[in-house]
Amino acid sequence: MLRVARSYVHTHSSAEEVVQEAWLGVVRSLDGFEGRSQLRTWVFRILVNVARRRGRADERANAELMGPTVDPRRFRDDDDPYPGHWRDDAAPVDWGPEPEVLAAEFRAALGKALTELPERQRAVVELRDVHGFDGEEVCELLDLTAANQRVLLHRGRARLRAALEGVLA
Amino acid sequence: MTTPRDIACVELVELLTDYLEGALPPDEVAAVEAHLEICPPCRVYVAQMRATIAALGSVPVETLPDEAYDELLAAFRDRFA
Repeated sequence: MLRVARSYVHTHSSAEEVVQEAWLGVVRSLDGFEGRSQLRTWVFRILVNVARRRGRADERANAELMGPTVDPRRFRDDDDPYPGHWRDDAAPVDWGPEPEVLAAEFRAALGKALTELPERQRAVVELRDVHGFDGEEVCELLDLTAANQRVLLHRGRARLRAALEGVLA
Repeated sequence: MTTPRDIACVELVELLTDYLEGALPPDEVAAVEAHLEICPPCRVYVAQMRATIAALGSVPVETLPDEAYDELLAAFRDRFA
């Protein structure tokens, strides 16, 4: 079963969880088993369903961690004399003095953007920046490596900055 | 120290969190700082990021009840154990 699960997911630990979840599914729905197929076929059908679902979920989670955090169209092309630098018409614009930044409307927008972050980014950003835990504590709480914690923090913060930029523009 | 390597804005925005976290090696810190020295729009970007982080510190915590928190942590563990 592990080997079958492994062909749908990218890590061994995911595959182990899939097998575990599949057996739970088997136990829970045993009453509904009508004997129309062999028990073994039925068990593997449940396994494959769980594995597919998990594979898609893992892929979505990984996709969240790829790609640029700022729209690449805001930077100059490779054939420009200054490739990769901000375009004049797309460079970030000063948000003004800090009190403005802390205004109620701004905070409301931030609170909303926070709830819209992918779950893992939200967990890290909330613990770090809302509750003030340090990186090490967050790694321990969420069972993350230091590098992963930073990636999630980076992507979460970058999205929030972009959301606020949208509000202020 | 040798001259820091040139980085473009598109790279700076992705190095920023590691920079703020103190997770960059010294030569990369020098490269980031040399870039910020000459690049006003990136200084604005960094200021915006700092403002975002500061504002997060004043997001009312009562909008994030303990249950939601426990749920979040549980979901996290479930999915990524």
